[in-house]
Amino acid sequence: MRLSIFLAATFLVGAAATAEEIAPGDVVFEDGAVAQSLSGQPGDPENGKVLMDKGAGNCIACHSVTALSDLDFHGEIGPLLDGAGERWTEAELRGIVANAKMMFPESMMPSFYRITGFIRPGDAYTGKTIDPAAIAPLLSAQEVEDVVAYLVTLKD
Amino acid sequence: MRKSTLFCAAAAAAISSGWAMADPDDDELVINGEIEIVTEAPAPEHVENLDTIYSGWRFRTDETQALEMDDFDNPAMVLVDKAVDAYGMPDGTEAKSCASCHDDVETFTGLAATLPKVGEDGKLHTIEDLINTCRTERMGAEPWKWSGEPMQTMAALIVSQSRGLPVNVSFDGPARSFWEQGKEMYYTRYGQLELSCANCHEDSFGLMIRADHLSQGQTNDFPVYRLKQAKLISKHNRFKGCIRDTRAETFAEGSDEFRALELYVATRGNGLSIEGPGVRQ
Ligand code: HEC
Ligand code: HEC
Repeated sequence: MRLSIFLAATFLVGAAATAEEIAPGDVVFEDGAVAQSLSGQPGDPENGKVLMDKGAGNCIACHSVTALSDLDFHGEIGPLLDGAGERWTEAELRGIVANAKMMFPESMMPSFYRITGFIRPGDAYTGKTIDPAAIAPLLSAQEVEDVVAYLVTLKD
Repeated sequence: MRKSTLFCAAAAAAISSGWAMADPDDDELVINGEIEIVTEAPAPEHVENLDTIYSGWRFRTDETQALEMDDFDNPAMVLVDKAVDAYGMPDGTEAKSCASCHDDVETFTGLAATLPKVGEDGKLHTIEDLINTCRTERMGAEPWKWSGEPMQTMAALIVSQSRGLPVNVSFDGPARSFWEQGKEMYYTRYGQLELSCANCHEDSFGLMIRADHLSQGQTNDFPVYRLKQAKLISKHNRFKGCIRDTRAETFAEGSDEFRALELYVATRGNGLSIEGPGVRQ
């Protein structure tokens, strides 16, 4: 069971990698921003909206977003994201989501598209260890693009 | 440049409004109408980044808080009554009970306020260690599992003898190196989420993280009865859960690492009252 999920995941990553995807270690940051789409594809704001609430995104654990006020329990750790699409360019938002520590050194915000440099990384939320070679980014390249596409819609 | 100024203003606004909404409340805790609990105290000098320390009780809802104000309402006290029976029950090859050596459990008044501490063997001892040393060396009985019910109910019984007394855990002399190790752990950003204890409990206490109101992560209330799990939770079990939630490989309950972390965290609460067993959602 677990093996087949693992194989399916590997297959998906492998398939996605053919589409001009930029690997986590190859992302080029300029003043914290990332100019190029990580997947080589445009993002889907609808899926981005889902990721704000669910899965490895779970952005509203730390941030509040008025446009998502139908969802319960928004966090207060990071700034209110209203107007993020106005404060920041798409490239800056991509940089912040991929690795916020490039824009805000020491930030409490996790790096969503990074796979190295962790202390005692674990296998998801099991508390058990993980082979460093098996670490996947918290969000896939396309998921980062989707979240960024959603953030861009947050005007005013 | 412009962006970062704007950003700072936005962050400051969000953070200050967060604070106004979500500070610890102003409630006062008196247990059974007689045991006065200090739930707020000036931060000890060695806690460099806080001005004031607060018991976790101050961050809970009124309903949860109320359960700790009277022993008849505190579900942990039912378990403490069970531990009173276990205290007098002979066990092991020596057929001795705790009472055979210690007389009344009241003789333990004050002990919990000083733990963990370094023993003659040079090791750091928590309440679980002291209990298991008696079981294995003096009673000839099997050691109890760290977070199992017999261990944590007995811990709760012994802790409850110190309710109202100030936490006063030493980190001088032989305890110093353990304390340094614990401090280092407290500020280490573990796991794929790269979050340290300090990120959540020092930088962000009072704020909401999803549905949780972050406290300072103090341990003066432990063991705590968790309503959701309907059982007593040990300090090490709580630490394990917090580290696991950073997508990290956690440490084991009863590990030397968690002993050291327990010592450091306990000293961050020096000046609060011992309050355990507490109640949490
Ligand atoms: C553990 C907490 C945490 C999580 C989870 C988190 N963030 Fe953040 N985020 C922060 C903090 C703190 C800042 C403020 C920057 C700093 O550290 O100085 C921030 C800043 C930002 C900013 C820039 C602030 C602004 O002006 O709007 C954006 C955009 C952002 N985060 C988006 C996201 C998105 C999208 C996700 C999920 C994919 C996410 N964050 C998840 C904590 C978090
Ligand atoms: C991602 C955020 C996060 C991190 C990192 C974290 N904790 Fe927690 N911790 C929580 C939450 C949420 C709770 C439950 C609400 C509360 O009491 O703060 C909690 C509760 C606690 C409690 C119980 C407090 C009480 O009064 O019931 C202790 C003790 C504690 N944490 C210690 C630690 C220690 C030690 C570390 C580091 C090893 C740590 N935490 C890391 C989020 C975190």
